[in-house]
Amino acid sequence: MTILTLSNLTKRYGAQTALDAVSLSIEPGERIALLGHNGAGKSTLMKLVLGLIAADGGRIKVGGHAPGSTGARGLTAYLPENVAFHPALTGREQIRHYLRLRGEDAGRADELLARVGLADAARRRIGTYSKGMRQRVGLAQAIIGAPRLMVLDEPTSGLDPISRRDFYTLLDELAAGGTAVLLSSHALTEVEARTDRIVILSQGKMVATGTLPDLRAKAALPLVVHLMPEAGQGEAVSAAFPEAEMNGVGLSLTTPQAEKLALVARIAALGGKVSDFEILPPSLDDIYTHFSREGAR
Amino acid sequence: MIRRILSTAGIEFRIALRNRWVTIAVVMMALFALVLSAAGSAPTGALGADRLSVTVASLTSLSVYLVPLIALLISFDAIAGEVERGTLPLLMTYPVTRGEVLLGKLAAQLGVVALAVVLGYAVAAVAALVTDPAAAEGLPALWRLIWTSTLLGASFLALGHAASCLARRPSGAAGMAIGLWLIFVVLYDLGLLVAVVGDDGGVFTKQVFPWLLVLNPADAFRIYNLASSDAVGAATGLGGAAGSIAAWKPLLSLILWPVGAALLARAAFGRVQP
Repeated sequence: MTILTLSNLTKRYGAQTALDAVSLSIEPGERIALLGHNGAGKSTLMKLVLGLIAADGGRIKVGGHAPGSTGARGLTAYLPENVAFHPALTGREQIRHYLRLRGEDAGRADELLARVGLADAARRRIGTYSKGMRQRVGLAQAIIGAPRLMVLDEPTSGLDPISRRDFYTLLDELAAGGTAVLLSSHALTEVEARTDRIVILSQGKMVATGTLPDLRAKAALPLVVHLMPEAGQGEAVSAAFPEAEMNGVGLSLTTPQAEKLALVARIAALGGKVSDFEILPPSLDDIYTHFSREGAR
Repeated sequence: MIRRILSTAGIEFRIALRNRWVTIAVVMMALFALVLSAAGSAPTGALGADRLSVTVASLTSLSVYLVPLIALLISFDAIAGEVERGTLPLLMTYPVTRGEVLLGKLAAQLGVVALAVVLGYAVAAVAALVTDPAAAEGLPALWRLIWTSTLLGASFLALGHAASCLARRPSGAAGMAIGLWLIFVVLYDLGLLVAVVGDDGGVFTKQVFPWLLVLNPADAFRIYNLASSDAVGAATGLGGAAGSIAAWKPLLSLILWPVGAALLARAAFGRVQP
């Protein structure tokens, strides 16, 4: 059964359209990354799913329930961007409270905190925690009671690379158990291998969706080639590649994916005149920027 | 539902303890009670009332000012503070209703007010009992003062919650709380006084004024405590004025105010978008 369905979801703030007819559905165990610049509509979409704000058009169903209803809240966990807690409470007290609000056994607080690596800090006040530690408390409360849907707003901001890896490992375990995950990020590099599907938002519109190889193929960005001529052979190489641009150390040019082999053959034909060359596929950021710009147009 | 309210109350009481609100409220009440019982020692014999009843009369006048003030100080931050810290959106994604959140906070803060009232009055009561063996006669009046003070506190806690929801920022909520205190405790009585003087014993003084007195929870609290105790009335010289109003009227007002104010707070909370 589909856990989350959005159809033609629209939200306006005055004259500005924050979200424009977005349709999306998520299956149990699926991990979806929501990408976009600041103001692209990621947080708006999440708040609509959580029922914190009301939509101006379209429909949302969370496991068959209306967003924000008791049924939907019982199925959903949320990790807000820059999650905050009362500084006077200890991590343990805060998690015990959240467990009781969800009707779970408060005695599981220590186990949850240990799972996010906060076992030693559990009895300290949250006011003394670093940003990364607060983020872990946020994560601990989000995994209470094996939620069916997790909504995570920029969950890895403020985490160091090792914590980030731990975070994605935890996410893999949850997804394997059937939890659907909707997480947002502003960098494709952070989410690439760890999500099943990527959704790119730009100015409230869904401009691309698919797996990373899908997006790579759809963007059809050219390859970037760097050529390093042997000493004194610069002009000869330049003559063989009139489309290339000279830069400080060598020549660079771009070529469509399909002509990769033909290009290698041309380089090989130059023989000893070329000392070295590099062929770079489009980076993740290039792909992301491509779709974001396309949406902005 | 009860579990969620109790959990919220537990967490809020802990926060109140750590924010020193419990200490501040208790110390404030105890200090004032002590000063009053020391100052009120002189006229006892002349009035023929026991020492504790006289102390209760003084405490009644004190509590009318202090209990609403403490209640508003504790409660104005309830929702506005959550909004400012950014903790409200996450809380609102939990399976807990807004009514449960407000009731939990109200329960915890009412606990703080009750604690301050009981400990503060106890200081004064002990001082009276030690110096006057007949003071035990005033115990019923003291008990009445304690539970009516708690009801009065509940009214102003809920009013503070309403202000907190309407203002949505702690600074604005603090301003509204001060305004509420001034209106209910100071300006309302001044206004009535001016009206009564201007009316000079006419229809307003006889028909409207008693109702207006009862409508204000602070005045209802004062009247109920004075009307219920002859000794207290005699001690303050206000027994006659208070005696003209049947005791059930201010009592009903004291019971209905917390309920009405809590409903108002709930309605105001409903309009807060997390």
